[in-house]
Amino acid sequence: MAFIDVKIPPMGESISSGVLAKWHVKNGDLVKKDQPLFELETDKITSEGTAEAAGRISLNVEVGAEVKIGQIVASIDTSAAGTEKSPAAAAPAAPAAKPGAPAGEVPQSPAVRRLAADTGIDPATVAGSGKGGRVTKGDMLSAAEAHAPAATPAPAPSPVPPSPAGGIAPTAFPVAAPTLPPSPPAASAPQRQTRRKMTQLRQRIAQRLVAAQHEAAMLTTFNEVDMSAVMALRAKYQDDFVKKNGVKLGFMSFFAKAVVHALKEVPGVNAQINGDEIVLNHYYDIGVAVSTEKGLMVPVVRDCDRLGMADIEKAIADSAKRARDGKITLADLEGGVFTITNGGIFGSMLSTPIINPPQSAILGLHAINDRPVAVNGQVVIRPMMYLALSYDHRLVDGKEAVTFLVRVKQAIEDPTRLLLSV
Amino acid sequence: MAQAFDLIVIGAGPGGYVCAFRAAQLGLNVALVEKRATLGGTCLNVGCIPSKALLSSSEHYVFAKQHAAAHGIKIGSVEIDLPGMMKKKDAVVSKLVGGVAQLAKARKIAVVSGTATFVSANTVSVSNPGAQPAELTAKAIVIATGSAPVELPFMKFDGQTVVSSDHAISFDSVPKRLVVVGGGAIGLELGSVWSRLGTEVTVVEFLPKIVANYDDDVVRNFARLLQKQGIRIETSAKVVELRRDGPIPVLVAEREGQKLEFPAEKVLVSVGRRPFTDGLGLEKVGVKIDDKRRIIVDGQLRTSVPGIWAIGDVVAGPMLAHKAEEDGVAAAEWIAGKHGHVNWDLVPAIVYTDPEVASVGLGEDAAKQKGIAVKVGKFNFAANGRALAADAADGYVKIVADAKTDRILGAQILGRGAGELISEVVTHMEYGGSAEDLGRTIHAHPTLSEAVKEAGLAVSKSALHAL
Repeated sequence: MAFIDVKIPPMGESISSGVLAKWHVKNGDLVKKDQPLFELETDKITSEGTAEAAGRISLNVEVGAEVKIGQIVASIDTSAAGTEKSPAAAAPAAPAAKPGAPAGEVPQSPAVRRLAADTGIDPATVAGSGKGGRVTKGDMLSAAEAHAPAATPAPAPSPVPPSPAGGIAPTAFPVAAPTLPPSPPAASAPQRQTRRKMTQLRQRIAQRLVAAQHEAAMLTTFNEVDMSAVMALRAKYQDDFVKKNGVKLGFMSFFAKAVVHALKEVPGVNAQINGDEIVLNHYYDIGVAVSTEKGLMVPVVRDCDRLGMADIEKAIADSAKRARDGKITLADLEGGVFTITNGGIFGSMLSTPIINPPQSAILGLHAINDRPVAVNGQVVIRPMMYLALSYDHRLVDGKEAVTFLVRVKQAIEDPTRLLLSV
Repeated sequence: MAQAFDLIVIGAGPGGYVCAFRAAQLGLNVALVEKRATLGGTCLNVGCIPSKALLSSSEHYVFAKQHAAAHGIKIGSVEIDLPGMMKKKDAVVSKLVGGVAQLAKARKIAVVSGTATFVSANTVSVSNPGAQPAELTAKAIVIATGSAPVELPFMKFDGQTVVSSDHAISFDSVPKRLVVVGGGAIGLELGSVWSRLGTEVTVVEFLPKIVANYDDDVVRNFARLLQKQGIRIETSAKVVELRRDGPIPVLVAEREGQKLEFPAEKVLVSVGRRPFTDGLGLEKVGVKIDDKRRIIVDGQLRTSVPGIWAIGDVVAGPMLAHKAEEDGVAAAEWIAGKHGHVNWDLVPAIVYTDPEVASVGLGEDAAKQKGIAVKVGKFNFAANGRALAADAADGYVKIVADAKTDRILGAQILGRGAGELISEVVTHMEYGGSAEDLGRTIHAHPTLSEAVKEAGLAVSKSALHAL
């Protein structure tokens, strides 16, 4: 028999561990070469691991376990490749690796084991502060604290569901006779809460957003923009644009260009605080927020100043697709100087976006609605959009922020300005 | 022509010889320089080991004289044979120092006898009276020259009346009265030895309490137990002079302007130890020292001069043999290009009196001073079966844990065997263990160690054999 190890692949410099979020195969399955085996979730991205060779797989790690880069999570018996005609029949016959007790697992201290049983938190998912990365009781206590929702105290996850006698929801069980011993509610009773573990990505998003609000002196300036000109351009050139470039002309490329234009005019916005230094960026890598099933991601479109409109549209479409498919890489997410987020696609009228640190500003786009506006003393109906620019007041003055947003507005209302750089 | 080595270790105490051993294990060609006739340094020759031999012997004497009858053992008349006791002590010492020499030989370490002086950053000259100095050179040199007793300027050691611990392990008769200046581990241990053998012992301490590093409650109980044994303890007393004009010397101390007089045949000065670097010629090679004359080292025990390292009592930190040993191992590993490790926050300390006192990490008082929220669990040996059977019911175990995370921050144990019991707390702490972990670890019954477990449980008020 020949075995090959299935290891967690390297993900980039800043990532050393992740959570094995899903097994696509079962213990004892016959796998094909390049077949997706598992989904790995890190604090930045989610990615897939594939089989390097065909054979029968035995899994060493349970779903939800924290795994290190390079860690062996399964092994494939390559001598078993193709020997079984019916993999389904063979599966039950291979109970070799018991997922519950992988060999070489770090023994946990008694208090940690007790807390694991009490809270349902798997110590393998908790970052250990003890010797050799061991999980301590304190680590488990803080994990339990982070796990519990802030508003409601965590109920003891007793194997017996809360009984009516416990006073959880007496009115829901009118038939329970008071003289009977407490009995579990009927299986069909709707659960009033469900719990699931926060994914690492979600935790990371939460941390970053809160950190951004703590660290930056964040405030938001608003404006509105008349979209008529851009809409007219799109109507006029859409067919030719699609024919030539194979991609639709959207609003985002206009806004990306408008942002580059405004950043050049107000370079103070294209800056970051690093310790006690101010770092001025002389490049225009713009992040475009994309909503995915797993949460918000901000892939970065590089050098927007040098790209044509079609290139920008292609880049956005491509990275949005990869983000939604979970194929995005770390490199795609790093190094942006400014972010554009579009709540308008979900119908948002107005919002105050949160800066994506260490950037100093973020532009929020919103829904386009026909509204009456005054033009040359006449009330006319125009497709209007509210714009919001959240910025870090530590670095960006009000004058700069307002000017920046006005420049964006002007460029969108009169795109010729982009051509002439005025 | 200088003889060349990979490593020269100066001083063959527990720090130095262990460093040499570890370096030899790692394949280095090592020279170990020692000015004493035997290896083992202060600890093995005139410190920890001989004092423990005398403590054990004198404890047996006290048992035979005072406690045997209560166990139903009739012994009859009990007498001290001091030369016999010293012989036993010397036998223990010579067995150990001989063992160290054998190990050094087996590890092919060049033991060089004499006093080392730096010639340059990588060369030392080793001199012996009446012989040509030998020059040794090496890529790395470890200074492990240890410490010496601190002398009081107005009453220098004379080896007869004013003595250091070096002498107090070898009196040729039991003195009638002994004054111990300094209520630290050394003074209390040797004071205990002579007190048990019949000397009237008075401990004079400058600070308001003896063994000042321990929690107030531990010290209070400890002092009470020592006083019960007949040791007189005078705290907040500043020694000012030794009058020798009368028939017997009188030690004079002052407390709040009042004069206290202690007539005594012997005065043991045990006010501390100082780093011993005399004659090394540190200034010649530029090894920097601090205001307390300790050699300044970085986190890897490197001195200010590349290639020269320092370990044990000559550097900052507790002057304890086990700490020096860990320094020695780590230094050897770092010198050999490997990863060394010492956890200087977890050095246990023990006073080997009866009962013993042992501590590790943060005490309750120190935690409170630092504003750390702690929970404390205590368990009395009086509620421990083994302790009752063994006449060891005095004292208690005290565990200090972080109020939030329950992580053990320290422990203090007063009681017989405290020095052995503290070890398991150190181990739990080394792995980040909580008081609950201690309480949920099985301890054999009946043992004294059950008190440690119960103290762990007591942190969360769940001790089983106490309320």
